[in-house]
Amino acid sequence: MKQLKFDAVVIGGGAAGMSAAAELRSRGYSALVIEREEELGGILLQCIHNGFGLIEFNEELSGPEFAQRIEERAVALGIETLCGTTVLEIRREGGFNVVYGVSSKHGGLRVEARAVVLAMGCRERNRGNIRIPGSRPSGVYTAGLAQRLVNIDGYLPGKDVVIIGSGDIGLIMARRLSWSGCKVHGVVEILPYPSGLTRNIVQCLEDFGIPLYLSHLTTNIRGKDRVKAVEITPVENGAVRFDKSFEIPCDTVLLSVGLVPENELSRGLGVEINPATNGPWVDSRLMTNVPGVFACGNVLHVHDLVDYVAEEARRAGACAAQWLAGDSPSRELRLKTGSNVRYLNPAKVDPDRENKIYLRSMVVKNSAVLEVRMDGKVVKSLKKAHVQPSEMLSLTLGPKDFADPGQMSANQAVQVEIAIV
Amino acid sequence: MKFEAPGAAYSLKPAAGTTDWAGRLGRPARPVEACEKPGSVYILKKPAAGDNIQDVAATTRKAARTTERYMTNRAEVYDVAIIGAGVCGANIARKLSQYELRVALLEKEIDVSLGTSKANSGIVHGGFHDNKKYLKARLELKGALMFERLHEELDFPFERCGIVVVALHEDELRTIEQLYLQGVENGVIGIEMCSRERMLELEPKLSPDTMGGLYAPSGGIVEPYRFVFSLVESARKNGVDLITEFAAALARRKDDEWILTALDGREIRARYVVNSAGLFADTLSKAFGAEDFTIKPRKGEYYLLDKMTRAKPNRVVFPVPTAVSKGMLIIPTVEGTVLIGPTASAVEDKEDFSTTRQELEKILQSARIMIPSISETDVITSFAGLRPTCGEDFIVELSAKVPHLVQVAAIQSPGLTASPAIGEYVKDLLKKDGLRLVEKPDWDPYVDKVRRARDLSPWELDEMVAKDPAYGDIVCRCERVSEAEIVQAIRAGHSTLDGIKYVTRAQMGRCQGGFCAYKIIKILMRETGMSYEEVTKRGGGSYVLRGEL
Repeated sequence: MKQLKFDAVVIGGGAAGMSAAAELRSRGYSALVIEREEELGGILLQCIHNGFGLIEFNEELSGPEFAQRIEERAVALGIETLCGTTVLEIRREGGFNVVYGVSSKHGGLRVEARAVVLAMGCRERNRGNIRIPGSRPSGVYTAGLAQRLVNIDGYLPGKDVVIIGSGDIGLIMARRLSWSGCKVHGVVEILPYPSGLTRNIVQCLEDFGIPLYLSHLTTNIRGKDRVKAVEITPVENGAVRFDKSFEIPCDTVLLSVGLVPENELSRGLGVEINPATNGPWVDSRLMTNVPGVFACGNVLHVHDLVDYVAEEARRAGACAAQWLAGDSPSRELRLKTGSNVRYLNPAKVDPDRENKIYLRSMVVKNSAVLEVRMDGKVVKSLKKAHVQPSEMLSLTLGPKDFADPGQMSANQAVQVEIAIV
Repeated sequence: MKFEAPGAAYSLKPAAGTTDWAGRLGRPARPVEACEKPGSVYILKKPAAGDNIQDVAATTRKAARTTERYMTNRAEVYDVAIIGAGVCGANIARKLSQYELRVALLEKEIDVSLGTSKANSGIVHGGFHDNKKYLKARLELKGALMFERLHEELDFPFERCGIVVVALHEDELRTIEQLYLQGVENGVIGIEMCSRERMLELEPKLSPDTMGGLYAPSGGIVEPYRFVFSLVESARKNGVDLITEFAAALARRKDDEWILTALDGREIRARYVVNSAGLFADTLSKAFGAEDFTIKPRKGEYYLLDKMTRAKPNRVVFPVPTAVSKGMLIIPTVEGTVLIGPTASAVEDKEDFSTTRQELEKILQSARIMIPSISETDVITSFAGLRPTCGEDFIVELSAKVPHLVQVAAIQSPGLTASPAIGEYVKDLLKKDGLRLVEKPDWDPYVDKVRRARDLSPWELDEMVAKDPAYGDIVCRCERVSEAEIVQAIRAGHSTLDGIKYVTRAQMGRCQGGFCAYKIIKILMRETGMSYEEVTKRGGGSYVLRGEL
């Protein structure tokens, strides 16, 4: 069995993994990226639409172009990669993190690493997860699987399509399939507002005249061998109105009903998971409860834009490098979710440096204010024209926001809370 | 896309000895001869020099999916034809494969175990639910004791994990005592009554409202479809012909033989026939002019929970049974997931495997009463199975109306547990009816053990990759299934996505095929020469793809 040693091993070769590894290399540490597919890039490779890179590269790129930019930079910096390699397990052995993997080329692998960066991304929620009753015919796909089949393998999953859930991948696929000669009969969303980005609602549904059924629940899937129809039922004031159910005939159902971080490897290692994000609890350095194990990208929490993923991953790489150098923050403050905030990431801040915080609203609200409160006192507030659950928010907190640091060190139990009012 | 040679085009990897655009070197294709098993209906043909590859691929497809072997044996008379390749038919076929007999196992679906045997609780029952006056109880007790040996010979997932029955009220404790006394009378080994403390010690996740219960250490769990696959593999290895997509519809007597006609017009001749057609045993019986009984389907719906669930018990957890049903259970499956259910509702349609909102809601409610930590966020899928019911007991008997027909009908719970004993019992009935049984000197009870990536340590996996590199390509990440296992399943004749799923577990985990379905489709096309239009979920009209760009 092959044995290797690296300063850092990055698990996953998507945008997050490559960005974190590049940052580690740029700071002089050896970094190995382990990717299960045959090439780097992750899910970006099947996202052939544009809209990527507006923040990161100041131009509009397709998914593969975005991946290529990041890969070129990382490879130029000298990251090592092992593609076609599946990580089987991460273990603590004698103070090291040890990553076990397998590939057809190298057989079993054992890699010792001081630091590990988790960047495995997320998976799509499926029919079982949202518990749609009915028969179990063929023709029910997650939107991402359909995207892969169409964009990479060149096959059409069906001709008459209903999309359940208004997540971004579903919206993008509505447009993609319409272009490919399929008829998309509608997008069904249980919530009274869409889950995807507004720009996708406009560009992928409205421009193609595809109906969006808000506040509608999919209550049945019919068909013995292949899907024949879906039953849609309106939800009015929280009540499911079965008397108003109707059917849409179709041969294909695509599900775009949310993403779940893939933390099975992390759990095996003993990483604690935040139920609000399904990702690890991390401190101000994006380090999990296991020493030397960092997390970034969609494995930490599901992001809207890959640009945010790349930024967060760079930060994780930098923090891992600092940890490898033996630096650690002298103190950290716990961040609490206040009113209307679903989650915050990271869950701790270092009051002695700048901290970038990503958060998600629980409510749809116009002219909202993001408030940072310390022991009940508002220390920072930001005006937002509009907030909604599907659009991630961010803010930075730095030493100047934590006034009177003397008092803080005396009182470690100080409460920092972020609320949307 | 046009293919150049089977295994080259559609391949996930570059062809042997060549490199692709990224400079990756392809490895040699695995030899095709490996799949040419004697006695096999599924034959994947090896292309010979000069063959038109298109023709070979087309023949291979045909052979893999239909019954080429049968066509060459048209004139042959089988000693026994078994209708229905569920758990009963499979056990009977394997039992008969021990003797010098020509046996045909007929299945209307594209693969075996796609009916009631696929969707059930997968339990080896504890032998305390029914009185010995019932045939089903006697067969259950006998069958339950046969599993260790079958497990050793046939390499299917089985574990004697034990069963607990939970009483949540004083009244229920009285029923528990009845069950205990019945178990003792039935000779169940190790059965005991448990105090509240003992129950919570055995199963700490049980509700604090537990008052006490029953513990039967002899109960167990089994993966029912894998059990059937292994039985059929063993039967075929010992000369039984499996003929799939043969929907027996008509039967007539001629020259002391039964002539069976399928819906598509094909015919099979046999001296003896076993009707183990599950839900359709009643229509079959009528087709023979035999007994008139009616099989009523009773639907059972289930939820499957992720392996990571915190609610997983150590043993099968039963509620106190009611007059009509054993109730909704919490079952830790051998492969680590947790099954909750089944519901019980009478339905009309024998092909209605749909789940319903009302019934599914009952499952979660009922399961949470026993184990409160069960969460809907752990649900990865739901499914339904149909119990073939007719009266209170099994029907396993020689037909009194027509000659040489054995009826195996109304095999509901505890049918899976009883099935090995049903195999023996049917053999005895056939003998009684004049079938001459001569043991085969070379009968081989063992099947080849498949090495599965998920059972191997990284070191063991390293050794396997050295022998077969395809063990290093993990296709299904959730259940850790390698390409090698998928190829083995395809070469054993499983040519649908569902067939591959039930044999290998690929697509059965938390992503339900979201990440691996496209890879499996490609492997299936590469290995069988099917075009994309021919790939189905489970045969029939369940095609998967509808066009090319």
